[in-house]
Amino acid sequence: MAAPCVEPAKGGFSFENCSRNARFEQMGLKFPKAYKTGTTIAGVIYKDGVVLGADTRATEDTVVADKNCAKIHYISDNIYCCGAGTAADTEMTTQMISGQLELHRLATGRAPRVCTANRLLKQMLFRYQGYIGAALVLGGVDSTGPNLYSIWPHGSTDKLPYVTMGSGSLAAMATFEDRFKPNMTKEEAMKLVRDAIAAGIFNDLGSGSNVDLCVITKDKVEYIRPHEIANAKGVKQGRYLYKRGTTATLSSDVKKIEFDVIGTEVKTSAQPMDTQ
Amino acid sequence: MATSGMMTSGFSPVMANPGMSFQERSVEVSTGTTIMATEFDGGVIIGADSRTTTGAYIANRVTDKLTKVTDYIYCCRSGSAADTQAIADIVKYHINFQRMEMGEEPLVKTVAYIFKQLCYDYRDQLTAGIIVAGWDKRDGGQVYSIPISGMVQRMPFCTGGSGSTYIYGFVDSQFKPNQSKEDSLQFVSKAVSLAINRDGSSGGIIRLAAISKDGVERFTLTGDQLPKFYEDS
Repeated sequence: MAAPCVEPAKGGFSFENCSRNARFEQMGLKFPKAYKTGTTIAGVIYKDGVVLGADTRATEDTVVADKNCAKIHYISDNIYCCGAGTAADTEMTTQMISGQLELHRLATGRAPRVCTANRLLKQMLFRYQGYIGAALVLGGVDSTGPNLYSIWPHGSTDKLPYVTMGSGSLAAMATFEDRFKPNMTKEEAMKLVRDAIAAGIFNDLGSGSNVDLCVITKDKVEYIRPHEIANAKGVKQGRYLYKRGTTATLSSDVKKIEFDVIGTEVKTSAQPMDTQ
Repeated sequence: MATSGMMTSGFSPVMANPGMSFQERSVEVSTGTTIMATEFDGGVIIGADSRTTTGAYIANRVTDKLTKVTDYIYCCRSGSAADTQAIADIVKYHINFQRMEMGEEPLVKTVAYIFKQLCYDYRDQLTAGIIVAGWDKRDGGQVYSIPISGMVQRMPFCTGGSGSTYIYGFVDSQFKPNQSKEDSLQFVSKAVSLAINRDGSSGGIIRLAAISKDGVERFTLTGDQLPKFYEDS
């Protein structure tokens, strides 16, 4: 009788400690939490391209961890990707796929297509069964024209003319459902995405700060960061520092410290010091 | 003799959500669905609603659950969106390979059996209920049902997804073998719209396709074109 043989894992994540950690958590151990970008991200297809948008708030539970983080990631010169979910996961997945696509571009000598990026992303996320918490909005322009996808952490994707993701996706989608129309101009599309992201910023606690936009057309990309500072910091109306002399000086006493000079030395440094 | 190790040891679905707090990870996208297929005289009709949900949120209201496998064979997907998309992609890959090697259009049965093999081998990890339907020159129009644990069975007609439970009575009483294409389209659109009316997880528009020796004809029925019943008046 052959005994069952456990083969060692060949690379990738190991989930061996998951059940142990779940037991620890049951017993009351508190684990550190990963940064989750409680987010509003969105994208639309317009007449001759794609507009992607994102807010800039990163949260760690209830604390705003970063007030101005970049959620629109570079995939290739003609493709960008907005990320919601675990900040580290969105960052690393987009970087890995960006690398693979660059090698693919070099091997084929063609500009990468958005459906290729979509396929690479969905297959990677599916392989990790949702443990990579990346919810993405992928957009770009390729030989087939403008393309837009939403990609969920478990690896399912949707190809649509307008998409939203993240905790603010409901607010943003409401804006799109109300005002989206096919074949918009660039200005109309930018305004619509701005309004969708702003709806997320103002109505969703997980989203906030500024609006970032990325406009991709056939031969040009405009990465506008920030497009709008939706929450400008207010200016203080007065100075709240105490004036000099507010506290009365009752007495002053200066003590001289006695010392002897043992020797002095003048050094010239090899590189001239910058004196500005 | 375990199936070879794509999954690492120690991974069990029981503890599949340690520390999950956000909707993005805890709730999977699923096609709470109504899908359907019938054989008719000369081919098959397939139909589906268009709703994809994450919990209570409709992630996509115009989903296309009728997924092309070859020019003459389609599948209807229900269950986890990620799982069914992945399986369909893998089957497409295998069947393209087979067509190139054999130099002719694959049989519907072959496609159904590849789906079955994947659904059965990974039955512990997958949530996928699939209907394979299409036309080939050996057996004509065929419908194969592959329910959750990976069985395969040829049927004259078949329904699937959460909405199917509401229409068993309707389809059993109304189905007739060897109908015309037009009558079969009517039958499927009535059945799917009845299911949509009763099932909260199904909705949107109805997508239909007729597959025969001439290839695929696709139709969509939007809100105002849906068949009406007494309660809609």
